[in-house]
Amino acid sequence: MKRKETPKLALWKFASCDGCQLSLLDCEDELLAVAGAVQISHFLEASRAVVKGPYDLSLVEGSITTAHDAERIHQVRRASKRLVTIGACATAGGIQALRNFKDVREFIKIVYATPEYISALETSTPISAHVKVDFELRGCPISKSQLIETISAFLNNRKPVTPPHSVCLECKLRGNVCVMVAHGVPCLGPVTHAGCGALCPAYNRGCFGCFGPQETPNTTSLSDQLSRLNVQRDELVRMYRGFNAGAKPFRRESEKNEE
Amino acid sequence: MKSKTIKLDNLARVEGEGALFIKIKDGRVIDARLNIFEPPRFFEAFLRGRHFSEVADITARICGICPVAYQMSAVHAIESAFGMRVEGQLRALRRLIYCGEWIESHALHIHLLHAPDFLGYDDAMKMAVDHRGIVERGLKLKKAGNEIVALLGGREIHPINVRVGGFYKLPAKSDLRSLAEKLKWAREAALETVRWTAGLPFPDFEPDYEFVSLRHPEEYPFNEGRIVSSKGLDFEISNFSSHIAEEHVEHSNALQGVLKGRGAYMAGPMARFNNNFDRLSRIAQEAAAEAGMTAGCHNPFRSIVVRSIETLYACDEALRILDQYEAPDHPAIEVEAGPGTGPGTGPRTGHGCTEAPRGLLYHRYRIGDKGLIEDAVIVPPTSQNQKQIEEDLRNLVPLHLDLSQEKLTWLCEQAVRNYDPCISCATHFLKLHIDRV
Ligand code: SF4
Ligand code: SF4
Repeated sequence: MKRKETPKLALWKFASCDGCQLSLLDCEDELLAVAGAVQISHFLEASRAVVKGPYDLSLVEGSITTAHDAERIHQVRRASKRLVTIGACATAGGIQALRNFKDVREFIKIVYATPEYISALETSTPISAHVKVDFELRGCPISKSQLIETISAFLNNRKPVTPPHSVCLECKLRGNVCVMVAHGVPCLGPVTHAGCGALCPAYNRGCFGCFGPQETPNTTSLSDQLSRLNVQRDELVRMYRGFNAGAKPFRRESEKNEE
Repeated sequence: MKSKTIKLDNLARVEGEGALFIKIKDGRVIDARLNIFEPPRFFEAFLRGRHFSEVADITARICGICPVAYQMSAVHAIESAFGMRVEGQLRALRRLIYCGEWIESHALHIHLLHAPDFLGYDDAMKMAVDHRGIVERGLKLKKAGNEIVALLGGREIHPINVRVGGFYKLPAKSDLRSLAEKLKWAREAALETVRWTAGLPFPDFEPDYEFVSLRHPEEYPFNEGRIVSSKGLDFEISNFSSHIAEEHVEHSNALQGVLKGRGAYMAGPMARFNNNFDRLSRIAQEAAAEAGMTAGCHNPFRSIVVRSIETLYACDEALRILDQYEAPDHPAIEVEAGPGTGPGTGPRTGHGCTEAPRGLLYHRYRIGDKGLIEDAVIVPPTSQNQKQIEEDLRNLVPLHLDLSQEKLTWLCEQAVRNYDPCISCATHFLKLHIDRV
């Protein structure tokens, strides 16, 4: 009886490294509690049992890179009451979106001697380019605590609390010394979305933007500042072209520096 | 004439997207395929033009389960290109973070992905209803491994603290002390895991494998050694491509690793264990003996016991490293200016091969002017094992034709999971056809 009312949770994978869905299995202390609160209905990495939809909450990992996946995401959307993207791949196209800046056929010729069989699109695109997304969780990978917060928020019909400010502000909150001011280390912290707790600066290195752009990033001013630190334009292009290269503000800034 | 097909469109409890297809006719397997349909992500292509200092972070994203393995193979390959050697305590810390990844990855596979097959559950969550204590112990063991990675690497998945030459920051002594306390518990838990897995029911199956792994003069291998096989091969990692070829098989979307002139081989825990039993620590050897395991074990279903023994070893080795740790003067050694680091300083090539939880992971980079990558080659363990997996299926199925379709399918799944395949890793070998939109 109780089973019927238990909300159904599904996990879907597109082009990705599996790291974001692994984050759920990495919640060692919460996993069995989550499994008790929801019916895990489609989670191939963890279970061979598949329960039919509709699903109350679908978590989607990965980007769209094949024609087949471009179809499949519509099926997932239709079967899902709520759809949340998890990670940079699903939210911005991931590192594989680097193909968007090149001719994919060139890429393929470089690596593969005889292109055959598998189909690949010319671009890697986020889920939101294909279907309506109810919420996006950032990071490469996502943060475990934000994942648990998001699942419980959706199960309780409230909006997840995930602060929209920058990594820069997280540094101040954590009491980190600014790596850029103190050591002249190039850092994307001023334009990157919070969520990691300013991890890289706490380890004496600059942020490389794995949580993607914050809401209204001032990339122009950061690029000016970085140029004063003697960062060359080709390096700037590489900095913005990382795991969130496809996110609009980063894409535009990288293209500006390529001109 | 009787024919039968086993088909499974979505292989579960493996990392990545794969399918299984087996065709049987008159009691003979006429086709056995592990199909990989995971979409390709082009890592080797977009590594071109990136700076060598970015490679460890980029290649980590090939696999969320073994990012440390990618980072280790990458930094060792790049260091070998520059003729650098990272020694002493920095080398030990690298071994320590790798211990963490083995513990985390093995504990995940043993308890969440593989054990449910032996006991007839769809997943570990269902298994936990009847065996809560075991699943909880497994999760806690996994967490201990993750804590090593998080302490040294900053976080469990895609650590941010690994760099060419060492680390960005050294761990605090007090943090290492509290880690040691947790690892003492983990070592006990791993010992219990060895005993528990040894008592699982194993199908009879002992193919004549050629086991391929690293071998080091003194240590159980992580980051260094020569590549050896149980049938007499012994060569430098820089000769990887002279001995191992990627063969294109018509039915498959991926290239499969074969030993040139010899055929399929097995990499991974079973290979390491069989080739390096004498290099395990005493406690790991004793636990193996108690579990009835010694070098010469050919039953792939027993890989779950081997993973438990390696988990025990990794806990023990991590404790040894912590016990002997003294903070080095610098978190990293720097790359000296020279070839490959400035304009007009010609290309250099480096090779790295380390033991990922699933087996040999080979990287090769050519670094050109200004430290930019000109060419990258990555051979992950799963593409090396893929041919052997299919051969196992060919040999296993005829022994179990009396099973119902459902049970036989499940047995085949279990046989694939013996390898803990990581399909995301294998994918960048896919052959492609381009759809234009
Ligand atoms: S966002 Fe990063 S961690 Fe998550 S699936 Fe993509 S590559 Fe993996
Ligand atoms: S500091 Fe930047 S690159 Fe580092 S983990 Fe946080 S968002 Fe990612």
